[in-house]
Amino acid sequence: MIIYVLKRLVLVVPVVFAVALVCFLLVHIAPGDPLVSVLPPDASAELAEQMKRAYGFDRPLPVQFGIWVWNALNGNLGTSIATGRSVIEEVSRAVGNTVRLAVLASLIGFVFGMLFGFLAGYFRDGWVDRLVTTIAITGVSMPHYWLGMVLVIIFSVILGWLPAVGMGAGDWAWDWEHIKHLILPAVTMSVIPMGIVARTVRALVGDLLSQEFVTALRAKGISERRVFVHVTKNAAPTAIAVMGLQLGYLLGGSILIETVFSWPGTGLLLNNAIFQRDLPLLQGTILVLALFFVVLNLLVDVLQAAIDPRIKRA
Amino acid sequence: MSEAETLASVADVGGPQQPLLEVRSLSKHFKLSGGLFGQGGVVRAVDDVSFAVGKGEVLGIVGESGCGKSTTARLIIGLIAPDVGEIILDGEAVGAALSVRVLRRRVQMVFQDSYASLNPRLTIEDTIAFGPKVHGCSADEAHTRAHDLLCKVGLDPALFADRYPHELSGGQRQRINIARALALAPRLVLLDEAVSALDKSVEAQVLNLLLDLKDDLGLTYVFISHDLNVVRFISDRVLVMYLGEVVEQAPVEVLWEDARHPYTRALLAAMPSLDPDHRTKEAPIAGDPPNPIDPPSGCRFHTRCPFAESVCRARKPMLTATGNDRHTAACHMVDMSSGHSWAGHSFTGEEHHA
Amino acid sequence: MSALADDLVRIAKVDRARGYWTTVGRRLIRDPVSVGCGGVILVIALAALLAPYLGLADPYHGSMIRRLRPIGTPGYPLGTDELGRDMVSRLVYGGRLSLFIGLAPVALAFTIGTTLGVIAGYVGGVVNQAIMRIVDVFYAFPSVLLAIAISGALGAGILNSLLSLTIVFVPPIVRVAESVTTSVRNLDFVDAARASGAGPLTIMRVHVLGNVLGPIFVYATSLISVCMILAAGLSFLGLGTRPPEPEWGLMLNTLRTAIYLNPWVAALPGAMIFTVSICFNLLSDGVRSAMDVRG
Repeated sequence: MIIYVLKRLVLVVPVVFAVALVCFLLVHIAPGDPLVSVLPPDASAELAEQMKRAYGFDRPLPVQFGIWVWNALNGNLGTSIATGRSVIEEVSRAVGNTVRLAVLASLIGFVFGMLFGFLAGYFRDGWVDRLVTTIAITGVSMPHYWLGMVLVIIFSVILGWLPAVGMGAGDWAWDWEHIKHLILPAVTMSVIPMGIVARTVRALVGDLLSQEFVTALRAKGISERRVFVHVTKNAAPTAIAVMGLQLGYLLGGSILIETVFSWPGTGLLLNNAIFQRDLPLLQGTILVLALFFVVLNLLVDVLQAAIDPRIKRA
Repeated sequence: MSEAETLASVADVGGPQQPLLEVRSLSKHFKLSGGLFGQGGVVRAVDDVSFAVGKGEVLGIVGESGCGKSTTARLIIGLIAPDVGEIILDGEAVGAALSVRVLRRRVQMVFQDSYASLNPRLTIEDTIAFGPKVHGCSADEAHTRAHDLLCKVGLDPALFADRYPHELSGGQRQRINIARALALAPRLVLLDEAVSALDKSVEAQVLNLLLDLKDDLGLTYVFISHDLNVVRFISDRVLVMYLGEVVEQAPVEVLWEDARHPYTRALLAAMPSLDPDHRTKEAPIAGDPPNPIDPPSGCRFHTRCPFAESVCRARKPMLTATGNDRHTAACHMVDMSSGHSWAGHSFTGEEHHA
Repeated sequence: MSALADDLVRIAKVDRARGYWTTVGRRLIRDPVSVGCGGVILVIALAALLAPYLGLADPYHGSMIRRLRPIGTPGYPLGTDELGRDMVSRLVYGGRLSLFIGLAPVALAFTIGTTLGVIAGYVGGVVNQAIMRIVDVFYAFPSVLLAIAISGALGAGILNSLLSLTIVFVPPIVRVAESVTTSVRNLDFVDAARASGAGPLTIMRVHVLGNVLGPIFVYATSLISVCMILAAGLSFLGLGTRPPEPEWGLMLNTLRTAIYLNPWVAALPGAMIFTVSICFNLLSDGVRSAMDVRG
């Protein structure tokens, strides 16, 4: 097992490097002047040159890449052109908000997904199954940004129960003032993972229940409860793995929901960075988000290996 | 190019005395991935295998699964490249005088698993016509040829040409397999477990078909099987393989009457007896088949051999003649100079003197 | 040939193997869900294609006096948008771009991905490793992030969206194609084809492709709904279609601020995206079931 973990860790290194390279390239193939958002339109050529040198944009690309990577390894991702604050600072502030949102959404999605999946798996081909399958497919086919808008329409515009945008005043705190801002975005975000988890769990549970050894267990007179526990133990690793992956997607792909709700997370940060053409911030944010995803994949793999005895012994 | 020119059976080159196929010191090792840095074991699938097949002969190759017989067949036909060794077809060495492409015109193979051996998307006609088309026949010529071959293997082209594999029975599919192999007018046909998946009655029909075709078309066969009865029926000579090596070869009846290698005797004894007075009482081979990744030292069979002695562990026996030139076995009991306490004795009680 | 033989041949020809695709088609038609979804998509697509001939209002022309009229206003059955343009017209015309940007990237990715995947799967070795490792790098990014990053880099515009979405969908298709090709390649009939002296391109074309396209195609159809949502999402962020072109994602964006004034009109474009997306999803599931024919 340790060997497996070590192997995976070793494999991650080139991936991380490649990710960094892709981030860098993506940002630098962008047409347009990187300093356009900062310089006044009538700035002198001399000033433009000075700024360029200050940000290092005058060096050849490979050198810029090297410097960026070196700095990144030392914890410095550069300075945001638009706000003047360090990228790390901006990202750290936003990350917490996104993590809170994504984790809550994952939990909701996981719990309901498991619930629906189990119901569907147990009552296969009945009306429960069909209902759950419909819910799952709806969840997966839903443009979540639209769902967000619809929920805002219902709960903010028409009913006025929950706020439509933002996180609440100031920094995050676990009080109702802030939590009420968290509800709609989290629910919106949970729909797709819930659909995926429900589908997966339904298939798993259905398969497990129809396997012969379950019939054998029942024939031996084992109570339904024990069968249920057994099914859970077998379905859990895959369900957790799927949820882990979904969490990774949510963390990395939160931009749409955060835009709808103006939730001050990394997604919104990314949005701003794109439209302000703030290269250092853009690079840094994409890198951090991609790394989240890579790390989460790694964790999920390791966790699966720890739980699934087949992999463990390999 | 007319069909007659492109696909005329290749002329005989070396005369009746020259073996059609000669295999010399053929070896193939497969590397396994594994371990932290990709070092793993090596599967010695085929190790220093040599034999010859005469023109018009049927050579049977027998052995347990994993002994390397299928790999040997694939090496001969060029689907896998050998690590070491030579393949010589009618006097010409493959790779030197003979390109692989030409080799494939002269040697063809009939596969076992008859369902995966036919492309489910192609009609029977298209499957058989594929080979000729690749070698330059026009579509018409190729399809005419396909129809002829269907007749030859006993299937009515009007009924079968347009069908798909999933609509046929196992026996019919094997006939198609044979027809496909014959489409390029080869001289040597390798049959890899060609009847193993068939019911007994169908198996008999197909075997008889194979023998008829051999006589009609002047073919030479290498027949690979784990089924000793089938091998006995169809072969002229038999080769026994164990863990990638040849352990014995002999004309077929000589092998059945006077096998010299303990493994061969065990295989023969393991056949369920049809005689109620002479039932097979116990499994003649003890122990598990060893790991092909880490074969035993010396004679590879010594771990399961009831006659094993220290010389067997120490030194690998070479194929030695047993008195009958055409019968060789790789066992220290056959080699007079080996130092084995049973050297020179045969199982039938006759003693040998070199 | 005798008369009997003639009859036999005629019967055999009539009784002849039904093509695989005909069987699939037949099974698909018998599934009400698939037929329903197919119908809905067809109607929307036809309406989009024939939009100029349907007697609709000009989707580009609006009047500020008539902005944000609610659903059911006489003359504007689905209301008007923030610039006073008729919603029915905007939605129908919007279908053109939305359907295009939802389908074209998948079609392109299918072509490119299948080619790369089949080559990787068939040739194996170094070529396979090279292609699959590059694919792995793209897999290290969540698709939304990748699409947005590429679009963000290239700038707004339909062609840029097309490019960015195609790049996002090529890796998953390559993976599926490579996996299916590898399992087909190990079957005996491919060995038999090699043994008859055919070259790799011929074998790929005649033996591999026919057996591999089915599963890849089914997988690709399951990506269409994701692509539609993602494409509209890009427009929603302002990275896709540019105003004043009608396109559902962009419309969601521009109508967002209107949710306080006329919420239901603002929600309409999203309903279209959802409808088409779920229909494609169900249709794809139906096709998968129909293709699961064992001989």
